[in-house]
Amino acid sequence: MLKTLFHGQLQLGLAQAAVAALAALLVVLAARRRGIHLEKELMIAMVRGLVQIVAVGSILLLLLHAPDWTSVFLLVSMIVAAGATSARRAKGMPEAFRVSTYSIACGAGSVIALMTWLGVIDTPITTLVPVGSMLIANAMNTNSLALNRFRSEVLAHVGEIDTALALGADGRSSVAPYVQTSFEASLIPAIDSLRSLGIVWIPGLMAGMLLSGARPVYAAIYQFVVLAMIFASSGLTSLVSTLLMRTRVMSPAEQLVLRPEN
Amino acid sequence: MGAHLQSDAVLLRAEHLGRSVPGKILVADATFDVHRGETLAIVGPSGSGKTSLLRLLNRLDEPTSGTEFLDGADYRQLAPPELRRRVGMVMQRPYLFPGTVAENLRFGPRQRGEEMPDDQVDKLLAGVGLVGYAARNVAYLSGGEAQRVSFARTLANAPEVLLLDEPTSALDDDAKAEVEGLMQKVVRERGLTCVLVTHDSAQAARLAKRALLLEAGRIVRDGPVGEVPGA
Repeated sequence: MLKTLFHGQLQLGLAQAAVAALAALLVVLAARRRGIHLEKELMIAMVRGLVQIVAVGSILLLLLHAPDWTSVFLLVSMIVAAGATSARRAKGMPEAFRVSTYSIACGAGSVIALMTWLGVIDTPITTLVPVGSMLIANAMNTNSLALNRFRSEVLAHVGEIDTALALGADGRSSVAPYVQTSFEASLIPAIDSLRSLGIVWIPGLMAGMLLSGARPVYAAIYQFVVLAMIFASSGLTSLVSTLLMRTRVMSPAEQLVLRPEN
Repeated sequence: MGAHLQSDAVLLRAEHLGRSVPGKILVADATFDVHRGETLAIVGPSGSGKTSLLRLLNRLDEPTSGTEFLDGADYRQLAPPELRRRVGMVMQRPYLFPGTVAENLRFGPRQRGEEMPDDQVDKLLAGVGLVGYAARNVAYLSGGEAQRVSFARTLANAPEVLLLDEPTSALDDDAKAEVEGLMQKVVRERGLTCVLVTHDSAQAARLAKRALLLEAGRIVRDGPVGEVPGA
């Protein structure tokens, strides 16, 4: 229907974005009727997301002919931005930005570096940056889930943690059950994506490869490769993040510092 | 507890102990001694800092001023897990860990790499009137039973000082009398040194001979239970 109304690609794109945003707004209105207020957060996120992705698209256009090593700067910037975004989900947790950035750098950064070195990810900027950004974005989501869950678990079990400490447990052992729960919960989306691949969804990368003329079997295999890399980088990110946070919620004298009043 | 003969030796000494958080003084300049084998009650109105003071005694919270001496040694020189083994605590709610009663009792010794044998578990349970409970899942215990398991779990660490934070306040009257009587018996038999936080003046009078009265985080009276208002 939109195609009959809009003939230029840019106008069509903006119209499609408006319709998709309208669908999201309807959900917000439905949530509002139930007393859940997402309006401000969603509006900011949508406007930011649109501006950012258009800006990155424009930059990528400029960088098409840039030397390959410029990818490193772009990916490092993305990791820092991902760390800042993720840290906002860890309200009250000590050093959340540092922990998030370091974890995403360890998880996504190391997988990107290793896979590029092994030749699984091509080095041209037009491949490395989009694939790398997928790994970073997923690592960021996993990190946010892990920190958010860890925070909730610790705050919900302050009495149990204090009891373990009072019985002579060290700080690490006292929060160990909540580290494990948070790690497992953070990986549910990545595991479900792998599990439902091809049945519930055909990811955009595979669709794009098919449209650009790649052989369907290779496109399918490469999509699996990307999802496996996403799982590896997300898992490593969550592991590093929860282990780092485990020590930060305790003081040097083995006292729980993350408490409801914080 | 009060019937136990007291030794003159000071086991625990708080010196100018205090803790404040931004905008609020929780405990200010608390100085007092607890003698070996003595039971000291801490009384005072809600929000007066009783629990805050108790949590400083096993360093569950960090003092912002002063220190404590345990058997003459500054407690900041002790590793916190070792200090907390020696200064055990029974909380207002039992907070049992998922699993069996025996697993809960073995928790403390396990932190030091010690595995408590079955006969010792049975002995501890017999001491708190829970013979045959070792294999029971803690999810099915009553409030009184859970608090007795919590008490036995603290005793499993063989503490020198026992901190009791309103240990019967979450129980109904029957369970309260049962648990209080049991604690009194065990403390007397073992000659334990106790610091009891309570808002119940009758309980303070039954269990302790000496009391501290706290108001707005400060000790305003220290003396025999009968002479301390609210105790």
